[in-house]
Amino acid sequence: MSTDSTDPTITFDAVTKRFGAHVVLDELSFTVDPGEFVTLIGPSGSGKTTILRLLMTLEKVDGGTISIDGEYLSHMERGGKLVPADEKHLSRVRRRIGMVFQQFNLFPNMSVLRNITEAPTRVLGLSKGEAEARAVDLLDMVGLSDKASAHPTQLSGGQQQRVAIARALAMRPDVLLLDEVTSALDPELVAGVLSVLKEIASTTDITMLCVTHEMQFARDVSDRVMMFDSGRVIEDAVPEKLFTSPEHDRTKEFLSAVLNRA
Amino acid sequence: MTWDWDYAREVLPKLLEGLLVTFEATVVGSLIAYVLGLVFAFIRRSRIPVLSQVVWLFVEFVRSTPLLVQVFFLYYVLQPELGLLWTSFLTGSIALGVHYACYTAEVYRAGIDAIPVGQWEAATALSLPRSRVWLGVILPQAVPRVLPALGNYTISMFKETPLLIAIGVVDLVGEARGVGAQSYRYVEPFTIAGLLFLLLSYPASILVRRLERRVNRQH
Repeated sequence: MSTDSTDPTITFDAVTKRFGAHVVLDELSFTVDPGEFVTLIGPSGSGKTTILRLLMTLEKVDGGTISIDGEYLSHMERGGKLVPADEKHLSRVRRRIGMVFQQFNLFPNMSVLRNITEAPTRVLGLSKGEAEARAVDLLDMVGLSDKASAHPTQLSGGQQQRVAIARALAMRPDVLLLDEVTSALDPELVAGVLSVLKEIASTTDITMLCVTHEMQFARDVSDRVMMFDSGRVIEDAVPEKLFTSPEHDRTKEFLSAVLNRA
Repeated sequence: MTWDWDYAREVLPKLLEGLLVTFEATVVGSLIAYVLGLVFAFIRRSRIPVLSQVVWLFVEFVRSTPLLVQVFFLYYVLQPELGLLWTSFLTGSIALGVHYACYTAEVYRAGIDAIPVGQWEAATALSLPRSRVWLGVILPQAVPRVLPALGNYTISMFKETPLLIAIGVVDLVGEARGVGAQSYRYVEPFTIAGLLFLLLSYPASILVRRLERRVNRQH
């Protein structure tokens, strides 16, 4: 469909997600423009991570639709009607999205290099040489050139997370999802990961959606910050506005609680 | 009851021949149990309608009935009924393998379930095709974890092969009984047979335990 650069990259249209009787997202609608860096903040359980998991097709929507560049993600059109997407449709659209997880989730049975080259060779059909050249560049970017042949278990958490970022980028995604990527790290390892993300944000045109508790980082790199509470966006503003003069009381409470903790 | 060293030496070659048969039945049975068990685990996990339930029922049935009954059923009923010209050795080894496959299926299932859900999610996030997720990510992590359990089942199988005497397989114990019957002296052949089992089972179980410790250290 349309790839006009003025169209939003991500569109949530009245998306509802329930876990049993618990409504996590309640008819949520928002859009993200191409190349935007959007940070989702809010108390835990407010539905931020669910948004990323829905985009990565790790969860299914219960109502509403999600589109990527105007193409339905969770649904497909068949005979003029919208039906839930089948596996073939999902795997095609999903290819444009990458994700970095809180727990890294590197494959421990593969070397660092294989972790990065596996999907480009198997999914994108790159030759081994092409995939390895791409991996070497990415490892260089995340500052781990010397770890190509190491195994994930030999790396620190921060190094593992930087490999996971390289692995996601090796697929050249249009959209990169960052799910609390520094929450599982020892404090001294957080800065290295954040500086890599800052570089990606400033040097690529990848659309990024980030769930984080690192407010300074969110303030530095975000184009927009969305404050969530109980499955709804209660405030959506540029970071300077949201962090210095939030309108909503819940946002003020949340920010003072988070900033005082730090 | 006296022990005759000369007689013992005399019967040993025959017993070693029997041991070879025991060994072969264990190897064939293990291969079947390892492969078929994985297939069973896959099918049950895949939730294919009807097929998954049929496999589940089969596994429960085999686990709840004696191996000897299954050996007899395969040898006297199924094999002639299907017009298969299997030898008693092949029939027995297959019965052994299928029986143990119903146990190894459970071992594989547990091994696969132990892989963190994050591994599946990372594979999905990278759009890896289903076959690569299994062959490249899940099985290479699950199989090493279950090797000790598989090894223990092979040792059990090794000790269960004498059951196949019932359909005419002459294994180690079968040979012992045979040479004993010829000279009416059973002490030496059965004692040696027992010692041979011990000599092989015990070091094997030590190896498995060592493997177990190594696997536990890695996870």
